[in-house]
Amino acid sequence: MGTLSKAARSMLLAELVSGMSVTLKAFFKPKATINYPYEKGVLSPRFRGEHALRRYPNGEERCIACKLCEATCPAEAITIEAEPRDDGSRRTTRYDIDMTKCIYCGLCEEACPVDAIVEGPNYEFATETREELMYDKDKLLANGDRWESVLARRLELDAPYR
Amino acid sequence: MVKVTVDGIPVEVPAGSSALQACEAAGKEIPRFCYHERLSVAGNCRMCLVEVSGGRKPVASCGFPIGDGMQIFTDTEVVRRARRAVMEFLLINHPLDCPICDQGGECDLQDQAFGYGADQSRYRENKRAVTDKYLGPLVKTVMTRCIQCTRCIRFSTEIAGVPELGGISRGENLEITNYVEKALTSELSGNLIDICPVGALTSQPYAFTARSWELKRTDSIDVCDAVGTNIVMHARGAAVLRIVPRINDEVNEEWLSDKGRFVVDGFRRRRLDRPWVRVDGKLQPASWQDAFATIATRLKSVPGERIGAIAGDMCDAESMMALKDLMETLGSGNIDCRQDGAKYDTSRRDFYTFNSGITGIEDADALLIVGSIPRQEAPVLNARIRKRFLAAGRGGFPIAMIGAPNADPTYAAEVLGAGPDTLVELADGRLPFADVLKNAKRPMIIVGHGALTRPDGQAIAKACWDLAAQVGAIAPDWHGFNVLHTAASRVAGLDLGLVPAPKGHDVAGMLDGGVDVLWLLGADEFATDRIGPKTFVIYQGHHGDAGAARADVILPGTLYAEKPGTYTNTEGRVQEAFRAIMPPGDAREDWRILRAFSEVVGRKLPYDTIEALRQRMMRASPAFGAAWARCGTSDTAGPQAGMVAMSGGPFHPVIADYYLTHAVCRASPTMETCSGIYVHPANQAAE
Repeated sequence: MGTLSKAARSMLLAELVSGMSVTLKAFFKPKATINYPYEKGVLSPRFRGEHALRRYPNGEERCIACKLCEATCPAEAITIEAEPRDDGSRRTTRYDIDMTKCIYCGLCEEACPVDAIVEGPNYEFATETREELMYDKDKLLANGDRWESVLARRLELDAPYR
Repeated sequence: MVKVTVDGIPVEVPAGSSALQACEAAGKEIPRFCYHERLSVAGNCRMCLVEVSGGRKPVASCGFPIGDGMQIFTDTEVVRRARRAVMEFLLINHPLDCPICDQGGECDLQDQAFGYGADQSRYRENKRAVTDKYLGPLVKTVMTRCIQCTRCIRFSTEIAGVPELGGISRGENLEITNYVEKALTSELSGNLIDICPVGALTSQPYAFTARSWELKRTDSIDVCDAVGTNIVMHARGAAVLRIVPRINDEVNEEWLSDKGRFVVDGFRRRRLDRPWVRVDGKLQPASWQDAFATIATRLKSVPGERIGAIAGDMCDAESMMALKDLMETLGSGNIDCRQDGAKYDTSRRDFYTFNSGITGIEDADALLIVGSIPRQEAPVLNARIRKRFLAAGRGGFPIAMIGAPNADPTYAAEVLGAGPDTLVELADGRLPFADVLKNAKRPMIIVGHGALTRPDGQAIAKACWDLAAQVGAIAPDWHGFNVLHTAASRVAGLDLGLVPAPKGHDVAGMLDGGVDVLWLLGADEFATDRIGPKTFVIYQGHHGDAGAARADVILPGTLYAEKPGTYTNTEGRVQEAFRAIMPPGDAREDWRILRAFSEVVGRKLPYDTIEALRQRMMRASPAFGAAWARCGTSDTAGPQAGMVAMSGGPFHPVIADYYLTHAVCRASPTMETCSGIYVHPANQAAE
């Protein structure tokens, strides 16, 4: 490129103009950012968020205390104790997840033969204290009750690919 | 020996072996469900199919006798397809409820379906369902899972000797049942759980408690009877969750008595987990220092010969050694390990051990049982007698009993009489069984504690010994005089010399005011109300039972699961148990308590480690350093006959309630239930 044209481009602020044109184009494009927390992004049905224990439609808890999730958990975050319930069925007396240990790998959900433990879409469960992240059975069942419609829909969407 | 080739590997096996045994000798794994080494061959699961040269079809290897030069193929396409097909048939009616099945993780069907089955099911039809059967409080049934291998039927008929299980209907409708709704009446029923290859028979008390992969396994020794059954403690965290037998062909094969297996829920109940001191007639919690100081203060004003000690039935040899040494340093000769007041001549070891050995039962050809009910006192040993009885065929192993007229021993035993008079008749040759014993090459006499705990116990032992010598049971290559103990600690106690010194008091003497201070080491099985009101009682043990209730100071000790320990069984076999869990609270290993206390009274025992203590035991009795071996003797001079001459009167059973014989089983709800169902059915019905 000649010295002359270099000087002309420099004098006429060509870079600035082309830069500002990108800015101007972006100005009229739709926004990529969202107004979190009032707006939220789209999540895949496979998103692995906060855990929940599901129930059957008749209210019976799904978990049968087979302990496969406990066995498969690579972070050893799950603790289960079981004994026969009064009607003789196999149920947990204790189902704890240490959410500070959990690495959200989703192996518990994959191991579960009855779709009881699932990782839901909720990722907004930050707490003020560590203790609140030690989830027990009541907390997990409450999660399941709260999120059931969403959880069922997600499982249905993901089912063809399993 | 016969030569066969398995997959090209030449092996030699004894004539009469099955193809499956030949394959095992060649190191080939053959899947099987119905075949079990210790049961008869049924051949009904068809899982063990192999190909044999010259055969048109695969054969069930478990029941196929081998011939010389036979070629066996275990890994051909035909075999693989046959196994897959058999597995598919087995799974047709299996519910596949592995996630809720207690067998999950240790299930033969699960493992073999994984290894030999097809990768998916083609079966879409309905599965059959079978009603569950009631087999008592110990065995839980889920009969839908049953694959009809009939191991349980064969076990109960052959090993346990209670033919209460059987099959009804045929084909797909075959059901295993006990015909009438009644608890299994065997002391070995827990073994059904181990023997069932699927989850049809599982442990009721252990139901849904844990998974096999969560458990830590520790080898141990059962102390509920004196057989010294080898066991494995399965523990998770601070609790032993179940006990299963460990294979030891010399002792228990692979069986375990129900008490040894299900006593486990007594481990955490009624435990002494801190020292207690009686203040103004009431037990108050105390520290170890306070408890030791209280004892030390009391001991100061008491001369050595007014101190006594009694060792219980479940003590390890280490703690008994420490107790004996402590008593000696305190200047006391009042020590006894015989709570039941049994009499022995302890001058020679073969006067108080089971000299033929448990394996010796299989070599014997005639048996006389005196004052003992082996079925209750040692169920596993009783199974060995039954094994010998079955192997010998009709009349091949004549058995006679003196005493126990109403007991069902699970084998045909002639009841000769009720008491010592019969023994005299036998010795005089007035009974036909005397000739049976005389003509036998290896006759055996078992003397039980129904005889030895009588005042004339020593005279009876002497009479039995003389009878044994008379019929040729005592020879250089065979020792047919056997004492069947009921207490796990007894032989070790006698070996270590836990018997009164020449001028010392025995248990009866101590109770009759012979001592002012009484140290009970886990001793609960005697009349604690006979202890004088002024006697200062120290109870060192693990469970709050009779001894602790009477105690002035309680020192919390440890269970057999919580300490490394040495136990000597009725044969005199020394076996080591390891620590499965840590003791609760402030409880400490028993020998350490005694060692620590000895320092408080300024008479320090000369060992700081368990190794040093074991060296001390070896010096006290060479038996602790030697491997056990069966040996005869040419010295037929019998034991001392004792002071009391043999008198009449029948032998009484020593075990009133099989399920409640010691402090741990009295703390166990399962054992309580069993006692209610099996021993006191009338009370149960009234409730």
